[in-house]
Amino acid sequence: MSNSVNQGPIDKSIDGTVKYLDDRFSTAGFIKRNMRKVFPDHWSFMLGEIALYSFIILLLSGTYLTFFYKPSMLEIVYDGSYLPLKGIKMSEAYASTLEISFDVRGGLLMRQIHHWAALLFVASVSIHLLRVFFTGAFRKPREINWLIGTGLLTLAIFEGFSGYSLPDDLLSGTGLRIASGIVLAIPVVGTYASYLVFGGEFPGLDFMSRLYTIHVLLIPGILLGLITAHLMMVWYQKHTQYPGPGRTNNNVVGYPLLPVYMAKAGGFFFIVFGILVLVSALVTINPIWAYGPYIPDQVTAGSQPDWYIGWLDGSTRLMPNWEITIPGLFTLSLNVLIPTLILPGLMFTILGLYPWIEQWITGDKRAHHLLERPRNNPNRTGLGVMALTFYAILWISGGNDIIAQMLNLSINAITITMRAMLIIAPPIAFVITKRICLSLQHKDKELLLHGEPTGRLLRLPSGEFIEIHEPVSDAKRAVLLSRTELPMLPVPASHDANGVKTPNLWAKKLQRRLSHWWSVDQVPLPTVAELESATEHTLHELSEAQEQGVELTKDTPAPTSNH
Amino acid sequence: MSNELEHEGSSILPVQQTSTEVNTPVSVLPPHVLRRADIDPIAATRAERQVSIMFLLSALFTLLAIVSFIAIPVDQYVRVPGAGVTQASNLAVGFTLGMAILLIGLGAIHWAKKLMPDEEVTDSRHSFSSSKEIRQSVMEEIRLGGQESGFATRKIVRRSLLTALALLPLPAVVLALDFGPTPKNELRSTLWGKGVRLVTDPTGRLLRPEDFQVGSLVSAHPENLHDWEEENHNLNARAKTPILVVRMSPEELRSTQGEGWDYQGIVAFSKVCTHVGCPIALYEHRTHHLLCPCHQSTFDLADSANVVFGPAARRLPQLPISVDSEGYLIAQSDFQEPVGPSFWERG
Repeated sequence: MSNSVNQGPIDKSIDGTVKYLDDRFSTAGFIKRNMRKVFPDHWSFMLGEIALYSFIILLLSGTYLTFFYKPSMLEIVYDGSYLPLKGIKMSEAYASTLEISFDVRGGLLMRQIHHWAALLFVASVSIHLLRVFFTGAFRKPREINWLIGTGLLTLAIFEGFSGYSLPDDLLSGTGLRIASGIVLAIPVVGTYASYLVFGGEFPGLDFMSRLYTIHVLLIPGILLGLITAHLMMVWYQKHTQYPGPGRTNNNVVGYPLLPVYMAKAGGFFFIVFGILVLVSALVTINPIWAYGPYIPDQVTAGSQPDWYIGWLDGSTRLMPNWEITIPGLFTLSLNVLIPTLILPGLMFTILGLYPWIEQWITGDKRAHHLLERPRNNPNRTGLGVMALTFYAILWISGGNDIIAQMLNLSINAITITMRAMLIIAPPIAFVITKRICLSLQHKDKELLLHGEPTGRLLRLPSGEFIEIHEPVSDAKRAVLLSRTELPMLPVPASHDANGVKTPNLWAKKLQRRLSHWWSVDQVPLPTVAELESATEHTLHELSEAQEQGVELTKDTPAPTSNH
Repeated sequence: MSNELEHEGSSILPVQQTSTEVNTPVSVLPPHVLRRADIDPIAATRAERQVSIMFLLSALFTLLAIVSFIAIPVDQYVRVPGAGVTQASNLAVGFTLGMAILLIGLGAIHWAKKLMPDEEVTDSRHSFSSSKEIRQSVMEEIRLGGQESGFATRKIVRRSLLTALALLPLPAVVLALDFGPTPKNELRSTLWGKGVRLVTDPTGRLLRPEDFQVGSLVSAHPENLHDWEEENHNLNARAKTPILVVRMSPEELRSTQGEGWDYQGIVAFSKVCTHVGCPIALYEHRTHHLLCPCHQSTFDLADSANVVFGPAARRLPQLPISVDSEGYLIAQSDFQEPVGPSFWERG
């Protein structure tokens, strides 16, 4: 279309821009390499996109909110248009949030877009993480991007918490009261830390303005940097893809960036944005006017944090009341420390290090670009479901008072049950998941060897009944055969060839045992010979059926075809 | 880790020859199937029309959004069936703006799906590892640079530099010391003290023993809180002073934290949970149990407010009360232990 003869004004402007930029930054090579970059297509790849788009929407709506919000704890008497609170003493922060909600045109809409986008942001980051985990997308060479993703999730949770604390309403103020109690529980320096954070005793007058800077500058800045790095890595390393016909570990199959992906991804941004605006127009979120201003001696019953804090609330509720006190010396509040700092710290550390943990166990240092079906790695899938179960129990426990009220049960009984469940349920979930995965592997093997049952029975001349099987379609076959074998490490030698003792032999032995456990139950894929004879058998069966006068379906291959 | 499996080299693992190695026909892309719009010009025109209708509708909604923004006053409310009373401006602006944005997205995706090429293309991947030679030369160069700098050999330089760098962050820590005052005794004392009267909040009504029926529960503050807040303009005192006052019949009251700390069965306890500091609000008359709404710590007010259940480890501190010459309830002293959540120096 546009080689040497360019006439139209669009062609001219394209040529002009390309030349202008290339003369200055030599961008033509980069654009040439990337303009037609191929992206694989799958609905689950949109989860990360949703996260990215909600972040952009958060930046836009958040910037708007900063024009009206006042991060001040100075006490004033409310004189706005929300009548039920008129004449009541409150902080400027709360009053300005009321102003945004009731006196600024579009203000309530922006507040609700911001809050809904935040909920969606953490949710999509979380589900994106699950997708990456269960398909093994974190494997080499993408371990570092997984680590960045873990960092993004952690920051997203902090950012969400800091954000919903800013209105200084009764609900969020109670959350901050809890946060101050957590800081106080830090051994040795807790009291000092709390005084530094709050500028003295809780609640003080300094905290809101400090939290504000953290919420609108510090954390978003880090998030922006990490998201950029996250995307650059995806771009540079190319996206992983699901197994299928024509898809291998050495290629990437999909649509080119220009024009299809640009239109799809760009269009999807507008869809996410549009839906968020519609939801914000129709569904109220965080009605701070109903909670009232924060007063330290008041509380609402059934206080619930935003969904992504629920699991921490749950762990705090489930924790037994362990506290070590040595009179005259110190108090160590394990009842606060363990559920709010130690447990989440441990969970996020394991999460971040998981790619290296699995790599150490399996010894698998190959590069993987083809995603793994969850069933093909039963231990990983099992561990994932186990972790999810643990999280879910904590999360449900965060609402134990609401459950007690709704089901009319004793809250103590629920709490004790949940404590037990927290320990018992995850291993059970692991075993069940692993078994399901192995069963599915058996089923896959069965499909490969015997084809798909057609539900049509045939009576042979001998009187025997058989069900006609059709070979699986090429597309399905490609998926079933896509499995990479899990490696199993050899038994480490106690001494090398020169008779020198192997260093860290115990670790190597442990690694070998774990690697063995990891892969021993795998259902082996059929060998080439097995596969060929099975195909022959199926085709023979089909031809027999045809001889008997059974009409085969259209897409069934003719018995003569050589599969 | 000598037994790690490197990806370099073609043969990765000594596995049996499984079907993964077979180059079955599945290693090629399935044939591309043409869409209606690719072969039927009428379908293509229809798709084109659909896309442009969505874009035009979006434009219309944008205009409607501007109109509703200007025309609908912010304090106008409407009743929406199922959703209750809601701000008319929020509803109208949000709905029209949402539709305007959504339709652009729907149009673009419809366009991409129906009219843009939908043939999948294949691109190859390359190993990220550079050649052995390049890696080797980079390692050599870094080593050489290290040698030239003398970082390894000149111990004194290295150690003095590391010392200097290690000390440099300290000023930041020192700066942080001014983020707040150093804790003194604030966490151990409240506005309560000998003779301070109990008042209700926010009316500030003084409390007399006669105000209490058996079983009734009142949230109260020290009388001097009001003046303190007028002077200090913060909520710090209020975070520590609140108490719950309840009257029990003498046979119900099994124990108190000190001899004579109740007044004719009227007892007063700190309202601040000893777990992480939420104000405790839920009282069950029959059992005298007090439940914290945040984490469900339960305290038995009839038994010195000891912990019955939940994550709190300590009982609620009791405020010793009495009655002054005018018959008003007063505190005998401040709390005898710090109120609220534990802290390290509490001991």
